[in-house]
Amino acid sequence: MNGTLTWRGWLLDPAPVSRRQARLGRWFRAWLAFRRNGLAMTGLFVVSALVLTALAAPLLVDPRAAILQVLTERLQPPSSSHWFGVDELGRDIFARIVFGARTTLIIVALVSAIVTPVGLGIGLAAGYFGSWIDAVLMRITDIFLSFPRLVLALAFAAALGPGIENAVIAIALTTWPPYARLARAETLTHRRSEFIEAAELQGASHLRIIMSQIMPLCLPSVIIRLTLDMAGIILTAAGLGFLGLAAQPPAPEWGAMVSSGRQVLLGQWWVSTIPGIAIFVTSVGFNLLGDGLRDVADSRSS
Amino acid sequence: MCRLLFSVLSTFLGLTCVTFFIGRVIPIDPVLAIVGDKASMATYNRVRSEIGLDLPIPVQYWRYLIKVLHGDFGNSVITSQPVLQDLLRVFPATLELSLMALMIGVIFGIPLGVIAATHRGRWQDQVIRFGSLIGYSMPVFWLGLIGLLVFYAKLGWVEGPGRLDVSYDDIVPVVTGLITVDSLFAGEHEVFWNSLGHLVLPAAILGYLSLAYVARMTRSFMLGQLKQEYILATLAKGLSPFRVVWVHALGNVWVQLVTVIALTFGSLLEGAVLTETVFAWPGLGLYMKNSLFNADLNAVLGGTMLVGVVYIGLNMLSDLIYPLVDPRARERR
Repeated sequence: MNGTLTWRGWLLDPAPVSRRQARLGRWFRAWLAFRRNGLAMTGLFVVSALVLTALAAPLLVDPRAAILQVLTERLQPPSSSHWFGVDELGRDIFARIVFGARTTLIIVALVSAIVTPVGLGIGLAAGYFGSWIDAVLMRITDIFLSFPRLVLALAFAAALGPGIENAVIAIALTTWPPYARLARAETLTHRRSEFIEAAELQGASHLRIIMSQIMPLCLPSVIIRLTLDMAGIILTAAGLGFLGLAAQPPAPEWGAMVSSGRQVLLGQWWVSTIPGIAIFVTSVGFNLLGDGLRDVADSRSS
Repeated sequence: MCRLLFSVLSTFLGLTCVTFFIGRVIPIDPVLAIVGDKASMATYNRVRSEIGLDLPIPVQYWRYLIKVLHGDFGNSVITSQPVLQDLLRVFPATLELSLMALMIGVIFGIPLGVIAATHRGRWQDQVIRFGSLIGYSMPVFWLGLIGLLVFYAKLGWVEGPGRLDVSYDDIVPVVTGLITVDSLFAGEHEVFWNSLGHLVLPAAILGYLSLAYVARMTRSFMLGQLKQEYILATLAKGLSPFRVVWVHALGNVWVQLVTVIALTFGSLLEGAVLTETVFAWPGLGLYMKNSLFNADLNAVLGGTMLVGVVYIGLNMLSDLIYPLVDPRARERR
């Protein structure tokens, strides 16, 4: 029992002795498959870099720099003192990009935190109970599914007023339906399984069966779908920001930063271009990561 | 058929519920907006009952529904015209832009998807997949700005923002509202080329996004078909691989692509909101955006309703076309 080789051996043991060893081993095999996929690893790298940047933002740059206006230095091109240049109000663009990563991640995290339980709850209930509950819930889901996402978000933002919270609510309201469908489909495949019957015979309540037996089986596909959706969520959020409906100035938000650089686009390209690259790279990162996770899941199931 | 009608109706009712709800949660008090904050309580209450805000909510919703069915979305605060009239005026611009983008997406997206599928894993596939990954990861408003910077400001290959140069305004009579079509019918070739010059960049950018989606879906549908045994059978029969791929396999894929194309068109309408803002394109998106910032809720909700109805219509259309292209679906009915 020494060195990394034994760890690997323990994880890949074909005959695990404990439940934890089996679970960790399964995760480790998935990771090995994931690691072979170069594009997926790139995605993981980009997403981790984004998360680290957001967490360590105050360590990377002075928090005041993101909103500090030095009008004498406005519209300076990228240089060694201002890596990404200076915007039209004399704010350091690098600092705003770094703190903008926080805004983006907060939006993504909040939307996920709303969408996952709502979608799961509705889908599980519809799939588990069936009959009229299923019919009603799925009809509601289909109605929301056939709504135009950005336009509805626009209308909600118009009614609730601009701001991050309202942008999150607007995006979440138009994002949950596919999750409900997914969770319902997964539930239906397990609903008649023998282990559910066994739990029912043991006298477990509906809630208990749903929470402890069915939900864990739905989670992986929901999480993969969520990762794939992240890019879309980021793009919608940035679009709302670009229209001036998400974070309000002077808070740093990438979409709004692209918009504010429009007036000086011809002379000072960096003001609009650099935040746009940040949005693009983040969205590519999430797409690659999501594709990679899906491939790993697909190869395991087939 | 009955099922389809039920689904269309319930979705429409759901849409009206949502717009009605949005109209109610808005923090601006519509009564206060009319009477001002110096009005007495009596005046306030009188106006409140005049607009019908003292009625029970279901009754208010019913009245709202009746009005919507009559095409009455109220008046726009900015233009002080009926919202419906405004919408009909701006919608053709959006239609022209998104139709052109859809054409680009379909004409290039489907062949690229087929090529990616037949060359699975080889460099053609990698290039096409990478290109479409970039397409659906791209913030459309940013790509529009970069496009303007490069192709209009630096290279001068295309015309700038707007639908026409000012000097060409009001030459062609409005028939369809699509300037390219109208000018061709009127025989105004100069206007046609000018409007095409304005249209090509926003349409290409929007078209790239739909191309990315269409190519990706075509590829995965084609991969599904190429695995089937009938492909082997037709090849064994001695048909050329070209014919097998582009006629037999693609013929079956069309069925699935109908839905994808309908959905793509819907998402193009949405993408148009952002693209129009960048290109000062006087369509629905720009109209809604301007209304939004002038607290013109009637106009915003009217626009939402219009896009929603188009969405529902597209879904219905794809459900109706489905059996026409797929004989199997026809027999099941």
